[in-house]
Amino acid sequence: MTALDRSPLDAAALRADFPILATRLHATADDPGVPLIYLDNAATTQHPRQVIQAIVDVYENQYANVHRGIHWLSEQSTDLYEQAREKVRAFINAPGIDEIIFTPGTTESINLVARSWCDANLKPGDELLLTEMEHHANLVPWQQAAARTGAVLRHIPVTDEGQLNLSTLPSLLSERTRMVAVAAVSNVLGTINPVSQIVAAAHAAGALVLVDAAQSAPHTLTDVQALDADFVAFSGHKMLGPSGIGVLWGRRELLEAMPPFLGGGNMIRRVRLDGFEPNELPAKFEAGTPPIVSAIGLGAAIDYLGRVGLAAVHEHELALCRHAHRRLAEIEGARLLGPAPEQKSGIVSFTLDGVHPHDIAQVLDRHGVAVRAGHHCAMPLHKRFGLNATARASFYLYNTLDEVDRFADALLDCRRVFHRRSIHRPI
Amino acid sequence: MAYPRDEDLYQERILEHFEEPYHRGHCPLATHAHEDDNPLCGDVVGVELQIDCDRVCQAWFHGDGCCISQSAASMLVQAVEGQTIDKIKSMTAADMLALFGARLTPNRQKCCLLGWRVLQAALYSPTTASTDARLPNSLPNERDHDCP
Repeated sequence: MTALDRSPLDAAALRADFPILATRLHATADDPGVPLIYLDNAATTQHPRQVIQAIVDVYENQYANVHRGIHWLSEQSTDLYEQAREKVRAFINAPGIDEIIFTPGTTESINLVARSWCDANLKPGDELLLTEMEHHANLVPWQQAAARTGAVLRHIPVTDEGQLNLSTLPSLLSERTRMVAVAAVSNVLGTINPVSQIVAAAHAAGALVLVDAAQSAPHTLTDVQALDADFVAFSGHKMLGPSGIGVLWGRRELLEAMPPFLGGGNMIRRVRLDGFEPNELPAKFEAGTPPIVSAIGLGAAIDYLGRVGLAAVHEHELALCRHAHRRLAEIEGARLLGPAPEQKSGIVSFTLDGVHPHDIAQVLDRHGVAVRAGHHCAMPLHKRFGLNATARASFYLYNTLDEVDRFADALLDCRRVFHRRSIHRPI
Repeated sequence: MAYPRDEDLYQERILEHFEEPYHRGHCPLATHAHEDDNPLCGDVVGVELQIDCDRVCQAWFHGDGCCISQSAASMLVQAVEGQTIDKIKSMTAADMLALFGARLTPNRQKCCLLGWRVLQAALYSPTTASTDARLPNSLPNERDHDCP
């Protein structure tokens, strides 16, 4: 271990807050099994007692529908729901609370913009600029919008080192470009993209920018005003919160000009038999009964992250990432994707020569290590690197250096399982 | 940790098929062939058959993918060689999982069943090179051949 591996976090102490991390896997009558090593945080994260308890408290004491009842319980529930919105506003330093739209997740946040803004603003020949490293959730909604409107899709290429090739920006951006949609952090490569630089170039060309912050908001500070983006989307379940809750932040003037996405209750001010008037922000984009308890749970997760400190979380993940890179570099046949730890978030995607990623994940599971294997909802990016699939270990505040070592040791076992003949039978 | 376990995926029999597969390559006198993939994981399996007189004389496979998909395809082509078409057509997904042997989670059952799915389609897919190419839905039968 070097000085660089020192983390400002006491992960061992934090782990006591996460009941699921005490799980043992594959135990039998005569075998105590192995401890769970949860390294699938880019897919979804685990929950501290504080979040679980906040959810239990609502269900036991304060639950009713929001914004509707005159009764006491509905007032309690509405207060908590709106307090959660204020916590999100402060978390991303948004100017106004009514610019915070609660959605079921990042995917629906992006779909909301791709449907509402694109349908109202795009005409044939307009261009949408994406990147080759996007998650399917930041590709498919724009493909659908392009199909509806006649707009054209363009993509910023990815270098062999796993960075966006920004030298192509001047040729890709033009007065035809209406929207640029980019991930702040790649969910496969971990690359931290230069979003501010992209925003400045896009705005200079007259285009808007949507930032997919699903992989960045849980790990580093998000300041939508400093970022100067036009829309920012992220999910609660990747930042210690429950599933089923996400956020769309948008500039007020853009959100006000956009038509509602889904129709139903709460998003209306008045309904006649032949039409309706939409509600004010943010209700205009929150049709139907919202994910009330999930939003309150997200508020509790934001409180927890605030106490730990996102700067410390980032430093901690950097230490884990450096250690993982060093250990994997020692394993014959292991190949890392993406840039150096200093240029990325706590995501380590890799392949092992001669072993399919699904088999890697299966062998690691025997050791209690949970990693993701497959294309991680980024098929075009995998195609860019000539791969069908990769294995991915992704870290969060409760992971430890010891877990990284166990993960690397399990990978060595994976090599042993699949390279027996090269070991036992000299050619 | 007890390792390997009886139900372990990477038991000797399965690894043998993965590392030293049966009839991996191309069937020299293929009359029927089909290839497909599992887009979710990128596994690919192609099956080539020489069918004569309602019987699979030779079965070969090729492909790329995880240990489960490739070893299952190897076991499958070995098992069906010499079998009648009717017998192979009656083979169910459950039969394939039983042939593979190790316990599989639903996600990995898809890997195991890829070769079986491709084989079933290959029975209906005469090659253009086949001297006996017919309509896709027809199979060679004894009326068309001088069978022993």
